[in-house]
Amino acid sequence: MTTLADLTTEVRSKNAGPFWLTLELFLRDEPAYQLAADPRLLNERTIAALYAVDETTVQLFRIPTLNVIKISFPRPRSQGSLHDRDMHSGQQHIPLAQLQVQQPPA
Amino acid sequence: MTVDAVRVLAASGMLGGGFPAETIDRGLALGADVISVDGGSTDSGPHYLGSATAKTTRRAVARDLRLLLRGAAKGGIPLIIGSCGTSGTDAGVDWVAEIAAEVMTAEGLDLPVTRIYSEQDAGDLQTQLKAGRVHPLAPSGPLDAETLDSCTHIVGAMGHEPIVEALRGGAHVVLAGRATDTALAAAYPLMLGMPAGPTWHAAKIIECGGLCTTKPQAGGVLATIDADGFTLEPLSLEAACTPTIVAAHMLYETANPFEMREPGGTLDVRSATYVALDDRTVRVEGSQFHPAAQYTVKLEGARITGYETISFTAIRDPHILARIDGWAGFMHRMLTERIHDTLDLEPGQYDYDLRLYGHNAVLGTLEPDAGPPREVGVMLVVSAADQETATAIAKVANPLMLHLPTEDMNYLPSLAFPFSPAETERGPAYEFTLNHVVDTTPLALFRTETGVRP
Repeated sequence: MTTLADLTTEVRSKNAGPFWLTLELFLRDEPAYQLAADPRLLNERTIAALYAVDETTVQLFRIPTLNVIKISFPRPRSQGSLHDRDMHSGQQHIPLAQLQVQQPPA
Repeated sequence: MTVDAVRVLAASGMLGGGFPAETIDRGLALGADVISVDGGSTDSGPHYLGSATAKTTRRAVARDLRLLLRGAAKGGIPLIIGSCGTSGTDAGVDWVAEIAAEVMTAEGLDLPVTRIYSEQDAGDLQTQLKAGRVHPLAPSGPLDAETLDSCTHIVGAMGHEPIVEALRGGAHVVLAGRATDTALAAAYPLMLGMPAGPTWHAAKIIECGGLCTTKPQAGGVLATIDADGFTLEPLSLEAACTPTIVAAHMLYETANPFEMREPGGTLDVRSATYVALDDRTVRVEGSQFHPAAQYTVKLEGARITGYETISFTAIRDPHILARIDGWAGFMHRMLTERIHDTLDLEPGQYDYDLRLYGHNAVLGTLEPDAGPPREVGVMLVVSAADQETATAIAKVANPLMLHLPTEDMNYLPSLAFPFSPAETERGPAYEFTLNHVVDTTPLALFRTETGVRP
């Protein structure tokens, strides 16, 4: 089974200031971008389900000139608080990276 | 003075982070007009603002300052450092100024220094709040006066204007409190009449030094800003800027990849074009800046949430590891009971976080993988209103952290504590509280003083 990570050169996550978390998918080429940019695969609702956040707070940007998809939503836990386990939000990309993708028949 | 272009030397992404000495030499050889370095960030968490202490160590800051001050003196060009001391508190500015004074004495330099302070008084901000001049940024709600009072430190992120004032006033070196990451690199080009769109865009791309190149560790980057755009060139000959890396850097640590709000308006890179001039230099044109109707300064504040004590043990026994979630559930029940029986505390009077490193500590319920881990580090983080209580709770947990079995075991295991004592006091823990802007004018919230010594 193909995952989003298989289609990319890098998947990363990071704080965007203390109150937002941002994720980026760098797709390896245009066909890979087309697969990942398909709104049936990635949309505000699928991200909300993947990260247990409110769908209305999810911002999703498709950037075809860079073959990049960028997703931002409010940080689920306050940065540095007792239950925050990822100060820089640097390891939050895994649920997105491991999302399974249906490859079209070659 | 009118100039056709301004060359900004960005040595590194953080003062004290280190950079090769050749970065400055190469930048000067290429005709750098100004050196700018960011001294901080909120990225490493609320502790540094809350406690007004620096993330970097003194010797590392001194080492970088030595190269930067020598370079500024040799080239006869301004040096601009902002968000001094990690969070840009007044103590942070004074700390960097003190180190700069020592370095200049040792180096026989006497460059005119201006310090700009950006720490804010909670009472003054309450007046602004009452006047309706404080507004929340998404996703935060309206501010209340108590929140301002609860902060140990509050800073306002200055734009380029206080820095420009300092330079016009004769500063060779500007040591600024909290500033937007971009204002440091943008100040001198804007002062010399470069257009706002390319200037702010270039400043965003170079704020992390060489991170917009193929070899971030090899050194910094030079941005040449002119009337039509800007050109980026790495300062290490082994590194390259490529259109993709440069364009992608606009994504870095920002929620929105197309727009970035500054105090005086919004940078808009939707129409920007990125072209390779050769195999290591990139030209960017088409960046726009839309001035805002109202000038705003963003506030950052941190407050103490409690005092923390941590305990850490490790499990290798495959019987427990195969039932690790059950073991953690048993731990929660036993621990809550014992805290109640021993210390007469109810949940709500304290809080703790039990993290199973090696199992699901980092992602929690979002963890997509299953299956027993080979070993697990168990971290207990306790938070209470005072240090003594937090440590008492961690000590009550100690026998459980050492001997807790799974419920089906008929003997007590001994788990692997790495330390004695098992408990480590973390002191006060902080959280960021403010995500708000205040309607103001460019200079009103900032105080400027000349001289390297307070």
